[in-house]
Amino acid sequence: MSVHTEHREPLIRLAKRDDIPRAQAWAIRAAAILLALVTGGLIIAVLGHNPIQVYASMVEGSLGKSRVLRETVKKAIPLLGAAVAIAPAFKMKFWNIGAEGQILAGGIAASYFALFWADSLPRPVLLVVMAVAGILAGGVWGLIPAVFKARWGTNETLFTLMLNYIVLGFVRYLQAGPWGPDLNANGYPKIPMFDSAALLPKALGVHIGWIIVLAVTALMFGYLKYSKQGYEIAVVGESVRTAQYAGMNVSHIIRRTMFLSGGIAGLVGFLQVSGASGTLTENTAGGIGFTAITVAWLAKLNPFVMIAIAALLAILEKGADTIQTLYTIPASAADMLTGIVLFFMLGCEFFISYRLIVRGKGERTHE
Amino acid sequence: MDNQANYAIELRELTKTFGEVVANDKVSLTLRRGEILSLLGENGSGKTTLMNMLSGIYFPDHGSILVDGKEVTIRSPKDAHDLGIGMIHQHFKLVDVLTAAENIILGLKGGGRLDRREVGRQVKAISEKYGFEIDPDQKVYDMSVSQKQTVEIVKVLYRGANILILDEPTAVLTPQETAKLFAVLRNMRGDGKSIIIITHKLHEVMAISDQVAVLRKGQYIGTVPTCETNPQKLTEMMVGHAVSLNIDRPKTEYQDLRLEVKGLNCRGAEGVKALEDVSFEARGGEILGIAGIAGSGQKELLEAIAGLQKVESGHIFYYPPHPNSEIAGLHVPVDKAGEELVGKTPTQIQKIGVSLAFVPEDRLGMGLVASMDMVDNMMLKTYRQGKGPLVDRKPPRELAMRLKEELEIVAPSISTPVRRLSGGNVQKVLVGREIASSPTVLMTAYPVRGLDINSSYTIYNLLNEQKKRGVAVILVGEDLDVLLELCDRILVLCGGRVSGIVDAEQTTKEEVGLLMTHLSGTGKEGAAV
Amino acid sequence: MSNLFSIAFVMAAVAAGAPLLFGTLGEILTEKSGNLNLGVEGMMYMGGVAGLAGAYYYEQMAGPAASGVTAAVIATVCAFLCAAFGALLYSVLTITLRANQNVTGLALTIFGTGFGNLVGEAMGNAAGGFVAVSQSTKSVFNGGIPVLQDLPVVGKLLFSYNYLVYLAVLVAVVLSLFLNHSRLGLNLRSVGENPGTADAAGINVTAYRYLATCIGGGISGLGGMYIVMAQQQGVWVHNCIAGKGWIAVALVIFATWSPARALAGSLVFGGLSVLRLYMNWGGNRLAPIYDIVPYIATVVVLIAVSIRQRRESQPPANLGNAYFREER
Repeated sequence: MSVHTEHREPLIRLAKRDDIPRAQAWAIRAAAILLALVTGGLIIAVLGHNPIQVYASMVEGSLGKSRVLRETVKKAIPLLGAAVAIAPAFKMKFWNIGAEGQILAGGIAASYFALFWADSLPRPVLLVVMAVAGILAGGVWGLIPAVFKARWGTNETLFTLMLNYIVLGFVRYLQAGPWGPDLNANGYPKIPMFDSAALLPKALGVHIGWIIVLAVTALMFGYLKYSKQGYEIAVVGESVRTAQYAGMNVSHIIRRTMFLSGGIAGLVGFLQVSGASGTLTENTAGGIGFTAITVAWLAKLNPFVMIAIAALLAILEKGADTIQTLYTIPASAADMLTGIVLFFMLGCEFFISYRLIVRGKGERTHE
Repeated sequence: MDNQANYAIELRELTKTFGEVVANDKVSLTLRRGEILSLLGENGSGKTTLMNMLSGIYFPDHGSILVDGKEVTIRSPKDAHDLGIGMIHQHFKLVDVLTAAENIILGLKGGGRLDRREVGRQVKAISEKYGFEIDPDQKVYDMSVSQKQTVEIVKVLYRGANILILDEPTAVLTPQETAKLFAVLRNMRGDGKSIIIITHKLHEVMAISDQVAVLRKGQYIGTVPTCETNPQKLTEMMVGHAVSLNIDRPKTEYQDLRLEVKGLNCRGAEGVKALEDVSFEARGGEILGIAGIAGSGQKELLEAIAGLQKVESGHIFYYPPHPNSEIAGLHVPVDKAGEELVGKTPTQIQKIGVSLAFVPEDRLGMGLVASMDMVDNMMLKTYRQGKGPLVDRKPPRELAMRLKEELEIVAPSISTPVRRLSGGNVQKVLVGREIASSPTVLMTAYPVRGLDINSSYTIYNLLNEQKKRGVAVILVGEDLDVLLELCDRILVLCGGRVSGIVDAEQTTKEEVGLLMTHLSGTGKEGAAV
Repeated sequence: MSNLFSIAFVMAAVAAGAPLLFGTLGEILTEKSGNLNLGVEGMMYMGGVAGLAGAYYYEQMAGPAASGVTAAVIATVCAFLCAAFGALLYSVLTITLRANQNVTGLALTIFGTGFGNLVGEAMGNAAGGFVAVSQSTKSVFNGGIPVLQDLPVVGKLLFSYNYLVYLAVLVAVVLSLFLNHSRLGLNLRSVGENPGTADAAGINVTAYRYLATCIGGGISGLGGMYIVMAQQQGVWVHNCIAGKGWIAVALVIFATWSPARALAGSLVFGGLSVLRLYMNWGGNRLAPIYDIVPYIATVVVLIAVSIRQRRESQPPANLGNAYFREER
């Protein structure tokens, strides 16, 4: 039995910060991004390149010309759309990590009409039908785990994760079999390109998906902040008990919100097949659903902040394409840089929420 | 110094504050070896906080702790174990999917391999020594409450504790189980262990302890040998001398029947019977107090009326207010011969005019959304009003501003998250909102818990105003003095049953106190063993 | 076309199941501490590329004197450490800095995928095309157990695998014993179930979580190395892990957090992944449908577990939650 005679409080204590000036919070976040870029720069230096030059080329290569800028916007569209899709689910503390699969489900449904109904429907009708089909399919794919969560409390994180791979396998099946008589350059099967009638028109050189996604972003902001349903989502996310006390039908809210979340992701799937690539491939989602989760989270589920974060990640990704050609740095550098930025941004939130009190500097003393 | 060494524990002027609330104010206390000390006090008097400092959960702000005459620092539960101090918390700290034996050896050193048979043997040995019944291989999730408690006690003994602290150990036990527990505690005392038992049940104090230490509102009142005192004297120490609080008790015009509860039976969260054959009436223009020790079914009763708690059997009839009264016709019309509330949803019940302002233990667990501001909390039950898909924040904003002014709610602004407000202000927000919905039945539990005198009076006045309007007010309280002065009638709950309904003007604190602990038949036997 | 009931099928199933088993065992250890690390895929990339780099640079330095066994040992150690470093990043963020576990895990997957591909391809660029390890190193990753593997039937069935397969089985056995029959394992389980109780019992919750997560990450990383060194023959292929990390996450659920069932489950999943090569109907067209069977099976298990509510097969009760003593 040891006898404790020292009179000490712990070396470092944590205290929750109640309020931090907004400017200071943003300064901390900016510093985190800067530190992330410095860390990434070190790795670039290790690879034998001048980080400042490389970063400059990335900016130049993603924003410098209107052509590359359009490419960057094209990358940002699905990222923002999927992040917006995730927002209501996360607000409800329903950890939907299935946006990837919901995008694909929407893409499949839209592709069905693009491939088999393009001749028989006038173009505007065809596009609307494709969009609606995408929304419904994504919504249903999101609804499935919600039904089980509401009824039996089935773990939604793992459920939505599995659904991603099921639908991805289905896309591969369509590619290899029923929908995929074509072979690509490497001899692998692929789904034929859509009829031009099934392609989204362009505005300012980019498919109009950007307008749609921005509109959805604004609507989502309003929905979460000003609508009755948005209010319900917030209450359920905070405390199911309180929601019941207020007379809310919690199961119904969970299902409705996940249908919405999946539906928007499905819409993104439609934009991807009809706008970005002109057909359905197994890369239609391509990890966007996962990256979007980090976008949504870092934006604290505020749709307008998501625009900035999605833009940042799109710049990194497009910039990495450029440095691959210029410096032969593999384009995978984008993923790694994104990861580093995410790490730093996730970590910095701690310093916004908590204050560290070093022993002896606190308000309490024990002598 | 010699004298000091006789004490297993000596606390010197321990102080602990949480924000503005002083939970313990310079409390000093001693525990001799081989004695059972009862730590007595009303709810909120700081008993648990004091013991948590001894067991390493909290670190004191000021003061010192001596174990066996030596000054010690206890920074974590592990430090407490090392000093031979073991605490059995009110909420058991057990891992459900593990067996009794596994829980008992959790965190202990001694060999890499887990020898279940050897542990089982040791557990059996301890059990036999003190008279426990325990199956080392039983999973905790299969256990009854009293079995879990047994595991907790054996766990502490297995770790070689010489000083045991039990926090409200009988709160969850049947009288027979209580009797068994007390027999075990006496065996342990015989073995030289020192025991502190936290309680507010007087008959148990008299039955089990050698000494009684009394806390009141965070302050140490004194210690007396049990044989030299009696329940009356202890009550006086516990609640202080009866001072008149001068709370108004206005007379009202209409005292019409509003709620009629008949033979209500409910089960609580863990399937334990929470309400048994509860029947009573609540009238408009009156405040009905509900007294009882914590966990006697108060929560379940209010929630059953509000539609939040499943009712096994029984009826709750609602009668509309007198047509001449101020509050008539504000809500949806109901059957004049009594509208059955059982089976209705919380929303339907709200629309009839029944309102619940429940202040749970953690204040923000239900009723308010901690991260939202006052405005958003105002519309928790009314957000559906108005046409269209959007919420109309104008009425709740106006209401929030009005309440902030009228109730003198201290908050930076009405858009500050309520989690940042102090306890008293949170309660004003909650009660204020419920009153703003012009209820015909207003139920509130512990509305003044943790509030200072002025805030408390604000709340009392609010309740009285409602009473004058003809509302049936149901108030679950913990301070008997307040209940006696504020209420018209007091219903006393004991173990989920109604043990009496008394006229507040006629009765005495002693009478209510006895009803609170009155366990008909078996209860008294159990306590007396 | 080979027969479904052939020894070759079993061998292929074992070979395909081994990397999944590493990933799964690592994640079981991690999740038992209450950390849901969705970065398995990323850590497998990190382990894979570090294993390759370790073996390759050792051979470059040792020249013709390089021994295949030494290269394999170095590869194993490098893979373990690099993946464990990924898990350390995750631990710092979620345990110390209290970041959301799901999001941090995803960030780790994004980072690890990028890191693996970047380093793998940069190594290739530096070597002027692609990196390849020597024949003697390759043979270690192809080898069986001398003498024993020449026995009839059982030789092929049991003794024809490389050392990593046996290592994976060993890890499963040790992990099972550790969790069920040791005091430390008991403590770890209590940390994942009820950290408040563990803390009150004097267990250092933070230390247990850090160690379990980092060691678990290291074990998962060995799965990545298996893919690169054994399946890809020591050549870096872009996106070579290809979702196997996620299958491992699925397998954890399928095995309901039991290392013993993970052993069986990885064999089943491995078998399913090579099934199409051994089935006589459907051909290549149905291959993707075979691939999703494991995920459907996992969903069914997940639902069944939630409906049956059997206590032993539930996820650790505090999976995904951070723990701070003061905030209770």
